[in-house]
Amino acid sequence: MRPLTVGICGYGVYIPRLRIRAEEIARIWGGDGEKIKKGLLIEEKAVADFDEDTATIATEAARNALKMAGIEPAAVGAIYVGSESHPYAVKPTATIVAEAIEAAPVMTAADYEFACKAGTAAIQTCMGLVGSGMIEYGLAIGADTAQGAPGDALEYTAASGGAAYLIGKKGLIAEIEDTYSVTTDTPDFWRREGEPYPRHGGRFTGSPAYFKHVLSATLGLMKKIGAAPEDFDHAVFHQPNGKFPRNAAKNLGFTDRQLKEGILVDRIGNTYSGSSLLGLARVLDVAKPGERILVTAFGSGAGSDSFSIRVTEEIEKRRGRAPAVETYISDRRYIDYGTYVKLRRKIKVAE
Amino acid sequence: MKMNKVAVIGVGLTKFGELWDQSFSDLFVEAGANAIVDAGIDGKDIDAIYLGNMSGGRFIEQEHMASLISDQAGLNPAPATRIEAACASGGLAVRQGVIAVASGMHDVVVVGGVEKMTDITSERVTQTLITAADQEWEAFLGMTFPGVYALIARRHMHEFGTTREQLAAVSVKNHANAKDNPHAQFRFDVTVEQVLGSTMVADPLTLLDCSPITDGAACIVLASPEKAKEFTDSPVYITGAGQATSTIALHDRERITVSDATINAAKAAYKMAGKGPEDIDVAEVHDCFTIAELLAIEGLGFCEIGEGGPFTEEGSTARGGKISVNTSGGLKAKGHPVGATGVAQVVEVVLQLRGEAGKRQVDADVGLTHNVGGSGGTAAVHILEK
Amino acid sequence: MTMGAPRFWRKTQSRYNLYGVKCKSCNATYFPPRKICPSCRRASKLEDVKLTPKGEVLTYTVIRSAPEGFERQTPYIMAIVKLDEGPMVTTQIVDCEPDEVEIGMAVEGVFRKIRESGKDGPIYYGFKFRPARADKDLAV
Ligand SMILES: [Zn+2]
Repeated sequence: MRPLTVGICGYGVYIPRLRIRAEEIARIWGGDGEKIKKGLLIEEKAVADFDEDTATIATEAARNALKMAGIEPAAVGAIYVGSESHPYAVKPTATIVAEAIEAAPVMTAADYEFACKAGTAAIQTCMGLVGSGMIEYGLAIGADTAQGAPGDALEYTAASGGAAYLIGKKGLIAEIEDTYSVTTDTPDFWRREGEPYPRHGGRFTGSPAYFKHVLSATLGLMKKIGAAPEDFDHAVFHQPNGKFPRNAAKNLGFTDRQLKEGILVDRIGNTYSGSSLLGLARVLDVAKPGERILVTAFGSGAGSDSFSIRVTEEIEKRRGRAPAVETYISDRRYIDYGTYVKLRRKIKVAE
Repeated sequence: MKMNKVAVIGVGLTKFGELWDQSFSDLFVEAGANAIVDAGIDGKDIDAIYLGNMSGGRFIEQEHMASLISDQAGLNPAPATRIEAACASGGLAVRQGVIAVASGMHDVVVVGGVEKMTDITSERVTQTLITAADQEWEAFLGMTFPGVYALIARRHMHEFGTTREQLAAVSVKNHANAKDNPHAQFRFDVTVEQVLGSTMVADPLTLLDCSPITDGAACIVLASPEKAKEFTDSPVYITGAGQATSTIALHDRERITVSDATINAAKAAYKMAGKGPEDIDVAEVHDCFTIAELLAIEGLGFCEIGEGGPFTEEGSTARGGKISVNTSGGLKAKGHPVGATGVAQVVEVVLQLRGEAGKRQVDADVGLTHNVGGSGGTAAVHILEK
Repeated sequence: MTMGAPRFWRKTQSRYNLYGVKCKSCNATYFPPRKICPSCRRASKLEDVKLTPKGEVLTYTVIRSAPEGFERQTPYIMAIVKLDEGPMVTTQIVDCEPDEVEIGMAVEGVFRKIRESGKDGPIYYGFKFRPARADKDLAV
């Protein structure tokens, strides 16, 4: 049993400023924008600009997390960046972040990939390293600039954004009470090496993948810590679209009120490794001391990490040091599909 | 510093423009032959060659071009030296030639400037020209050469109230001059409306604020006054030479809107010649962009700092105005083969002082040339007298 | 331009975190860092200093004809920003439309991709600037 002393010392987010509306994508591919919006419960998604990628999103989020925590970057002993869109196939994103926040060189770092739950895997790693005393602080980041193939259903949701969590023992704004994971080999969604766009199993991504793992991890955690849905003030589930997390919540016995603060997918899309972590950040932006938050991430392939988190008194002192989730969401500029394909390199130009 | 004056006894040019049939060395040989014939000398009279060239290495992937052109011009074994200072390469080559003669080291030297810019794509030309800026802290970030001058223009407009129309007036004037220059690349008029309405390159500068991509060469023959008497009764003398250096990066300049290299180079040249701005009748100044001509005439003292816009708009720099600036059409309309420009400026002033400038002739006894490298990291000024 | 990795790497901390130098003899601050203070020369006493990524737009332009590697970004804003601590830097202004930028505008640093060395070469990152957020805009 892990001692319950590890938690979050600070968190930071970054969401690119560009947005594309679902109906703009539907316009190009002959879809019914209104039906798609209703079906996926999504309005628009955040799009990385040409000069934004997982490394820049991770770095900005990490800088915000350090601002909130107010610690010396050299005290960070580990950085793990979870993403399915690392800028390099070989060469870590984490080293870029480490150098950019001046945590380098005496530290360890690596990149993670586990579809949409690589960021929570990074949190668990940092919990272990901090809890064991190997490091004082660890930085866990989930960030993505996810791409769907042009015309694929994923194109409506695959979005850009990320969040960073500084894990430590001192000065916690929230304690991580416990975590619980479920992992199986389930090919519901994948991208082969060298391929630009992922493939997915259509409806196979639903019950045998997302729901099976989210539900069993959440139930497993609640059983482990002896909690029930009504013991939590907020719940955040991975948000590949607006429907899945709501259905999972309903199935588990969570209410809309518990989900409300952490649902972002309708306004920014599915930020993959950033998804659950941005949802949690949105909750932490408004949560009161003493409130309890359930977070369950899901990564295709497949697995779920579930966390129980309790907010401390400290949080109110630290707010306002870095931009909140809503700051980024409200700062937006809409682009058309032509601009989108130009920026996201979906068209060839003479280079 | 008092200098032994140096005579210009011969000048030669190629046509400026897109010269598809001519190679780098063809250009030099043509301009060189014209200058030697003009001087009335023979190849064996030449003691040394100085060549201004900005970027043979990138434009035609040729370094060591001093050997190439000396060889092709049949001037071996005379010492041949290439000088590089971006767009001021030609002006600095002139200066090295002047120093060589004034020092007594050589009696007769040839100074050439040549650039062959059209053998690569215009995108590559853009890349090559920005090598005149700080590669690591300007170019690397996506800066372009028109971009650098646009930063100056925007700030000049902000500080002094310079207008877009005043900038355009530079282009209009220089195009009008080029119409009367058979060597010029653009021999047609443009209007203020056309300048303002042409394609935006880097706000607030449009395509017609920018000098073009040009092939061309220019050559002059310099001699000591004693030696000059063997070949001509009416030499033009270089009586003042100034060169100064400033920061390579625009952002490090004390004032973005003032070319301190120009001011310092001019100060040195005026002092050496015992002249001041009020004595200059005709000037060829570095107008790679319209804003550059305003910085030039301000830095050279033809008008007050910040007054270049109105000064130009009221016609003071037109042919027959207070001072005739860029009677050749300037870099803007005559064309700007970068390494040749500084030498070609001397050719134009010599023609004006000799009274051989044809339809664009002005009444002039004292002339000046002003050549700039990059955004103002280097400036060279020469004063010429009959 | 294909700048080799070493040339970029040796200036990483200046590009990532605006490290310049300060001369302890004359108090002047320089960015990018120099090896000698041009005012004090032999009496230079330079030490590294991390500059605050805040300043104002001194002048700007909108690049419409881009160099290699920047074609997908046109039109983009280039500016000279005067940092609060004195030095001036050339930088791209992002998260800002060409008709929104103006002289005197307050800006703050942001970490962005600067350029890529072809499609299979190194990716270079560093500071750019964006319109400054007011403190009151940070909260929910
Ligand atoms: Zn000093």
